[in-house]
Amino acid sequence: MAAQHTHEVAAVVCVRVPTPLRSYTGAAATNVAVPVLARELPPTLGGVLAALDTAYPGIRFRIVDEQGRVRRHIKLFVGYALAGDLAVPVPAGVDVMIVAALSGG
Amino acid sequence: MPRTTATPARPATAKRVRLLVATRKGLWTLASDPARNAWKLAGPQFLGHIVHHAVQDPRDGKTLLAGARTGHLGPTVFRSLDNGRTWKEAARPPAFGESSGRVVDHTFWLTPGHASEPGAWYAGTSPQGLFRSNDGGATWDGVSGFNQHPDRKAWCGGDQDGTPDGAKLHSIVVDPRDAQHLYIGMSSGGVFESTDAGHAWRPLNRGVRADFLPDPDPVFGHDPHCVRMAPTHPDRLYQQNHCGLYRIDRPNDAWQDIGVGMPKTIGSIGFPLVVHPRDAETLWVFPMDGTSVWPRTAPQGRPALYRSRDGGRTWKRQDLGLPKAQCWWTVKRQALTIDARDPAGIYFGTTSGDLWGSRDEGRTFRCLARHLPHIYALEAA
Repeated sequence: MAAQHTHEVAAVVCVRVPTPLRSYTGAAATNVAVPVLARELPPTLGGVLAALDTAYPGIRFRIVDEQGRVRRHIKLFVGYALAGDLAVPVPAGVDVMIVAALSGG
Repeated sequence: MPRTTATPARPATAKRVRLLVATRKGLWTLASDPARNAWKLAGPQFLGHIVHHAVQDPRDGKTLLAGARTGHLGPTVFRSLDNGRTWKEAARPPAFGESSGRVVDHTFWLTPGHASEPGAWYAGTSPQGLFRSNDGGATWDGVSGFNQHPDRKAWCGGDQDGTPDGAKLHSIVVDPRDAQHLYIGMSSGGVFESTDAGHAWRPLNRGVRADFLPDPDPVFGHDPHCVRMAPTHPDRLYQQNHCGLYRIDRPNDAWQDIGVGMPKTIGSIGFPLVVHPRDAETLWVFPMDGTSVWPRTAPQGRPALYRSRDGGRTWKRQDLGLPKAQCWWTVKRQALTIDARDPAGIYFGTTSGDLWGSRDEGRTFRCLARHLPHIYALEAA
């Protein structure tokens, strides 16, 4: 889809949100649609999380620390692939999944 | 800075006591009847969150802040403007600057600012960082005079050098006579003082042992566990340290060892300390076993508070009502608190999730709540 203006929504990325983060997105919001602007195409994972934070303020800091690193017990998948950093591109039609891992009591 | 005596607090009479109980799994409140006889537990809020500290703002009596995180999510601060009925997350929680390379693991300590600065709060983090909010905890900024001090790393060590639970900045004390006069404690790092609202800092550790360091008399690097100011005499500070008990009377800059009067079989190691709201000479500590590998349990499995009524020269054991044997919990540095009533009520929460209280200044104790998660902090609201 060719957007006419860079500030227009050019794509939507589906983000799968785990239960620990649904206090931000709503209890039933397993999947949330995050808009990506034309000027941000193709989006990176970092760009998708920034857009997610615009829609749900505060959620990004629970996932990514102040140095831009994914927190230790959070995993981010782009499609089926574990993303090593936030620069990973998110191809059109591919979902992002956030996984929060706990162990022990 | 002005050196006057603070106005003595009048005892609160016939008021209900409300305790904020911060635990490893959420926040509870425990409220009393006017006689402090019947207690009612409410909660949990933030079930599953690790709540490190929850504090009521004494300036308005209705704002609460809670420092929280979970095992997987990043650290944040929640705030309530209606005494805990509803909560909102801070729009900008404490976080180091991007250029610092540092990461806040959790907000460990919260202190309301000076009475003349409504809305001001301080937060201490793990690893050691100092933050300030001017809007009731909604947004936080680093106190650059500390966080960016060129000697900070020398004082505190690297962020990975701390204790197993993480190095902490705690015991943020605001002088009630002077909003610019601050003390902080760091485990590790020591006690530091600022007289210009946090721009400049100097160590205040003379006289305090640090027997885990090769230097027998270091300027910094000590391990204060809890530092408290006497409410009625702000020149008097007490300190429960990794290496004993101390007091200081400003403007002196040397601490006096007040652990020497403790029984040798008990020792002077512990985490928490509280001072009487109306008597600067009266304080309580909860000793723990600091021998061999540091079990950090009640010594000999027999928990007790120790009270001094003479500024730490002599100590009296207080354990009436507490378990007499085979009791191995301990009390963390934020989990011993006192109310403003007369006689004062003493309360403590244990690592095994029990909450004990005394309404007669420690003469007798009874268990007020059981089976809570590991209690991290207790504050009388």
